[in-house]
Amino acid sequence: MDWTAIGLTLRLAALTTVILVLMGLPLAFWLARSQWRWKFLIEAVVALPLVLPPTVLGFYILMAIGPRSPVGQLYEALTDQLLPFSFQGLLVASVLYSLPFAVRPFAAAFAGVDWRLVEASWCLGKSRLQTFFLIVVPLAWAGLLTGIVLSFAHTVGEFGVVLMVGGNIPGVTRTVSVSIYDEVQALNYAAAGETALFLLGLSFGVLCVTYALQRRMVVL
Amino acid sequence: MNADFAADFEKRFSGGPVIRAHLACPTDAFAVTVLFGPSGAGKTTVLRCLAGLERPDAGYIHCREETWFDAARGIFLPPQQRGIGYLFQDYALFPHLTVAGNIRYGLSQFPRAARGRRVVELLDLMQLVGLEGRYPKQLSGGQQQRVALARALARRPQVLLLDAPLSSLDAPTREQLRRELRRWLVDLRTPTVIVTHDRVEAMALGDQVVVMDQGRVLQSGPVYEVFGRPADVVVARIVGVDTVEPAQVLRVADGLATVAVGPVQLVALAEDPLEGDVYVCIHAEDVIIERGSVTASSARNQLAGSIRTVSREGPMVRLNMDCGFLLAALVTKQACEELNLREGERVTALVKAPAIHLVPRGSHLT
Repeated sequence: MDWTAIGLTLRLAALTTVILVLMGLPLAFWLARSQWRWKFLIEAVVALPLVLPPTVLGFYILMAIGPRSPVGQLYEALTDQLLPFSFQGLLVASVLYSLPFAVRPFAAAFAGVDWRLVEASWCLGKSRLQTFFLIVVPLAWAGLLTGIVLSFAHTVGEFGVVLMVGGNIPGVTRTVSVSIYDEVQALNYAAAGETALFLLGLSFGVLCVTYALQRRMVVL
Repeated sequence: MNADFAADFEKRFSGGPVIRAHLACPTDAFAVTVLFGPSGAGKTTVLRCLAGLERPDAGYIHCREETWFDAARGIFLPPQQRGIGYLFQDYALFPHLTVAGNIRYGLSQFPRAARGRRVVELLDLMQLVGLEGRYPKQLSGGQQQRVALARALARRPQVLLLDAPLSSLDAPTREQLRRELRRWLVDLRTPTVIVTHDRVEAMALGDQVVVMDQGRVLQSGPVYEVFGRPADVVVARIVGVDTVEPAQVLRVADGLATVAVGPVQLVALAEDPLEGDVYVCIHAEDVIIERGSVTASSARNQLAGSIRTVSREGPMVRLNMDCGFLLAALVTKQACEELNLREGERVTALVKAPAIHLVPRGSHLT
């Protein structure tokens, strides 16, 4: 089993999920509440990774973070390193690729919270931020959990974007799915099978825990 | 006007109606102000503006020495800073918190020890002892209403704002809670603004009434004055009763109540246990006018008096007669001519006991 790839993948997925929670919660809350007439543009951009082929997305990300792009030049000036084919570049790509899997469940969960409860909280003297953590998050928790699990699982399973942006550098950008692909190419079915089984078990376990937790919350 | 809770503002909705409201309630002398009118009149919008949940486009809202809103000076206090207790129409209890948790929610500014005491106090006042560990879902409608009221009262608000507090209850619970609510409000002495489209609720709960229709205030004043002497036909149609007079229950026997309206005694059906202050409501079409004295009639109430005003209303004629209080009667044009009913004429009005509706006021206010 390719433990290096598994460790790298889990690290990538965990970091991606953390960034998506920090970015996605405010974005999703804004999407759920805003009356802005051009909001649909933002919604479409967020949902784009759902329909775009990973290679297309990967290609554009590669161009956007390349050493000739403003983003790539800025990163190089700040860190003296290049973004493409690095773990950091892979992280940027993963965040963009998994964005809809976090933001859409978050936004749906926020939209499901009765707004009068929020207003009731304001009338009881709680600030907007306090209300968000005392009322909105507890009531939207099931949907938030779904978004967190989906973005984690989706990052673990990504393939096309990783190949395009990260390449296949062991210990740096070689994730589990790429590792399995390589083993199969080398006709090393036993190793591929072990890693695949591990991934299957992990995914199934995470989903079981998620649904069990959600059920408990619905009962409450 | 400084010691008052006073507001005069305008709220515009894009593509919608304009809501204009002005009201002034004394805060030193306790009073319940009722915002009354049909659905869509803009009552809830007015309440939401008072709470700070909506921002008006023009005007001002003052509470005692505080300015809550002033369009000219660009002042707008958010609801957190207004010291209000707001009761939402279907209560908006937090479903993930227990009864005690809901009541304690707004108390974070209180010292820790005082919070628990305040919760116990409110559980006691609202008769919720034993339910503190329940979740809102596990409560009846009446219990939810009391929890919501307890939560709104917990922070000792300067002003209570109640949005249709009884409308989501079934009829028997509504009648019971209507009396209790008035008693609690009188006991608490917190100035209160109540939104309702229910006439009986308005009379039973309010001291002052503000009649609204299509976003405008049509008339405001003491309840019996507005209901009994509507300023114009529109208000009369909205308030829907013709004669409303404060009265006192003298005695109840055999299902009949005898009440005193000034010097006049009336007999009415006693549907509920009654005592103390009531409003007497009589529809003009239920009043029969006779000429001279009536010797034998099944009507329990025979009121002698003289006609004050006569006015045409389509095929009908509206009479206002003075029989110790002002009584409105509606008769046909033919009857008016046959009986020669004119201003100053002496007549007798007959009203059957079931046609006199009594609205209990619960407690006596000094």
